[in-house]
Amino acid sequence: MNDMSTEGYTTEDGRKIGGTLMEMKNITLSFGGVKAITDISFDIKEGEIRAIIGPNGAGKSSMLNVISGFYIPQEGEVWYKGEKRAQMKPYEVARLGIARTFQNIALFDGMSVLDNVMTGRLNHMTTGLFAQGLWKGKAEREEVENRERAEKIIDFLEIQAIRKTPVARLPYGLKKRVELARALAAEPSLLLLDEPMAGMNVEEKEDMSRFILDVNDEFGTTIALIEHDMGVVMDLSDRVVVMDYGKKIGDGTPDEVRNNQDVIDAYLGVSHD
Amino acid sequence: MTQSSQATDGLCSVPALLQRNAQKFGSKAAYREKEFGIWQSWTWAETEKEIEALALGFINLGVNEGDFIAIIGRNRPYFYWAMVAAQSVGAVPVPLYNDASAEEMAYVMEHCGARFVVCEDQEQVDKVIEIQDGLHQFEHMIYVDPRGLRKYDHHALHRFVDIQAQGRATYYEWIEDLKARREKLTYDSTCVMLYTSGTTGKPKGVVLSNRNIIETAKNASEFDNLNAGDEILAYLPMAWVGDFIFSVGQAYWTGFCTNCPESPETMMTDLREIGPTYYFAPPRIFETQLTNVMIRMEDASPFKKRLFDYFMAHAKRVGPAILDGKSVNAWDRLKYKLGELAIYGPLKNTLGFSRVRVGYTAGEAIGPEIFEFYRSLGINLKQLYGQTEASVFITVQPDGEVRADTVGIPSKGVEIRIADNGEIFYRSEGTFVEYYKNAESTASTKDAEGWVATGDAGFFEPDTGHLRIIDRAKDVGAMADGSLFAPKYVENKLKFYPDILEAVLFGNGKDRCVAFINIDLTAVGNWAERNNIAYASYQELAGHPKVLASIQSHVEEVNKSVAQDEMLSGCQVHRFVILHKELDADDGEMTRTRKVRRVIVADKFKDIIEALYDGSPQISTKTEVTYEDGRKGSISATLTIIDAKVQPVTTQKVAAE
Repeated sequence: MNDMSTEGYTTEDGRKIGGTLMEMKNITLSFGGVKAITDISFDIKEGEIRAIIGPNGAGKSSMLNVISGFYIPQEGEVWYKGEKRAQMKPYEVARLGIARTFQNIALFDGMSVLDNVMTGRLNHMTTGLFAQGLWKGKAEREEVENRERAEKIIDFLEIQAIRKTPVARLPYGLKKRVELARALAAEPSLLLLDEPMAGMNVEEKEDMSRFILDVNDEFGTTIALIEHDMGVVMDLSDRVVVMDYGKKIGDGTPDEVRNNQDVIDAYLGVSHD
Repeated sequence: MTQSSQATDGLCSVPALLQRNAQKFGSKAAYREKEFGIWQSWTWAETEKEIEALALGFINLGVNEGDFIAIIGRNRPYFYWAMVAAQSVGAVPVPLYNDASAEEMAYVMEHCGARFVVCEDQEQVDKVIEIQDGLHQFEHMIYVDPRGLRKYDHHALHRFVDIQAQGRATYYEWIEDLKARREKLTYDSTCVMLYTSGTTGKPKGVVLSNRNIIETAKNASEFDNLNAGDEILAYLPMAWVGDFIFSVGQAYWTGFCTNCPESPETMMTDLREIGPTYYFAPPRIFETQLTNVMIRMEDASPFKKRLFDYFMAHAKRVGPAILDGKSVNAWDRLKYKLGELAIYGPLKNTLGFSRVRVGYTAGEAIGPEIFEFYRSLGINLKQLYGQTEASVFITVQPDGEVRADTVGIPSKGVEIRIADNGEIFYRSEGTFVEYYKNAESTASTKDAEGWVATGDAGFFEPDTGHLRIIDRAKDVGAMADGSLFAPKYVENKLKFYPDILEAVLFGNGKDRCVAFINIDLTAVGNWAERNNIAYASYQELAGHPKVLASIQSHVEEVNKSVAQDEMLSGCQVHRFVILHKELDADDGEMTRTRKVRRVIVADKFKDIIEALYDGSPQISTKTEVTYEDGRKGSISATLTIIDAKVQPVTTQKVAAE
């Protein structure tokens, strides 16, 4: 492990950020002949809000999929909690404490909000199918405990009023919030948010920003997010990685990134020779 | 005084009632709150312990007798405890509206000089921090919900549970002081101070003594036979006197249970789960519920719809009579029983009214159809007339004598007198002590003999002895030709149509009346959906020609009905306009209790009023609006002015009763 990157730092608003939680080392990912990600390295420290930004097609979602274990990079290493991560299936990654939300909402439409949030608790249940079917003894206790966790999250995200509503009936903004609730129910140490504000109006964005900050503050959850809304990214995140054409062109605090010439070029557009 | 002290068994303060309840009803639920999806409950004995811990914590924090403690939050047990704990240590609780803006709060807090604030969450904490530099006496703030507050400077900011823990830890240091302070409370010590919403001018702090609250609570509880087995849902603003009387006064007097909803949005679900036996709501809530029922019935299958229509027609015919215990023939009774099984029972259950024994509505006039709808279902909905200065109760309707157009007979222990100009005066044990730091207003409202001017004009019906309210006395005016101008009377008639949310009538001193109208977005929106009318905004829907036409037909019907009243036939609406925005408390057009501020509305939209009078067919206008977070913006619109048909005025008699 790289000694340099294990050190924490203190943010402008006085939050203490811990050591490295995850480190991406020289990641390269290609689909056939198309290189989605070329030789990218960066780290995510414990307790910080880390954003990945970049123009369309820059490879942000691919990067998130590498982190979540959905894509396996051809080259490079993923280090998580001080250990090199072996190739693993997404559900194994989930058990390691990484949870995510999706750009195009992936909830169980026919199920109620509560049931959807409860699915997030799956990794915390130990009783088998049969025991849960009988719902006696340990299975019952476990369900009660997990329901309590789920209810705390429902309370936290202020979705009590829709607890029993089938997800299909909810408006888009609320579905996004339910997805966040489900991810939180897993009590992740790393939370990945794929465009949490996409398609929201200003008020919904403000609410979501508030929730993201509160999650980070209350639960100390490390958050990595992809977002298009620059205002949101600059306000929310502690450090930002900027990608363009699969390469990393900037990495630093929002202010540093804002003044980075490569970043300005990428966003305002210059000719690529 | 001795007499009334005896009447209440020497229980002359709310903390004393708490002690009694903890002994008498120790294991009975006193408070319930839904949290984390479950109803959490506290018995009277537990409540007493919680309040004691908080009161000790208050003393430990330095609360002195006579201090004011502002309480800002939605209905939660913690805030009720905070009020009683404040009383226990000899301080005065001052509940504030939790949706008030920071400036509104600043005025009230500076006026009473609150040293302490008990508030709910980050939102309220932020507001108080914003205004604290202007508050000279403010010292400590206590909050309930810690979310988002971890990083705040906690030198003068405390968690509710910590204050209670400190109180428990210093039990032996302070318990004797607490007991001594509690015993010092008399019937004349201040129980609570409530700020009136202030339809005009700055809010005034109404000081209510223990006598006011306990006597009123006692009389009203006896009147309706309330007892410890009753249940209420506390969801109306804590700063409003009604909530204080019901959830503190009556709850502590009778020992019934106060239930707090999980969040404002879940109120309807919680209502259904609790099924209160004693229920209070302003007419607006009953209207909304009825509108929702009707909208949902439109979507029901034809069979269900027909069954509903059939039994509702039957209920309308015989329901109120059955409720009043009048004679109804056996066949109709049987049919009503069937209806109860098929429709009324399930409907009441859906609405959360299955167990309601006594229901009240007040604050505004309720539409006769709405009133009849609930009564026909067998819900004992009644009206009362009251105000903060009277500790609510002035008149109430006794069971069996309920009508939509009167407000009932004088409440027990209340004397009423009608002045020559029609203004209603009252005197009772519930009459407030004074307006805090405002001797001038106190003197102009309450005379030496204790008579209080209500500011409302009304009269007693000669045959029934029931009081009828016409309007605010100051709003009652005269038209140019001298005939009576009573805007509320006409506005209420307009508002009884489900698609009209609000109406404002102008015409004092003019030769004819004109009106502003706000449409009800739920009702009109639903109608638009059914008729394939596309609209993008409130403004667009409000300006739709079909909407205009339907409102016009309502106005003309109202004119017909107004014309029949000899005294008020001059108040027919000649021209009207549907406003492009809803009147809103955030813009200062209404009070927080949703009463229109006439003067402000008239001034803000004076260009529109001018256009209504000068005969122009259209008016372009620009209006400033305030968003919820306090930012300002503006909307511009071109409004069509509609002429409504008026009925010839039959008599021109000028009457003043």
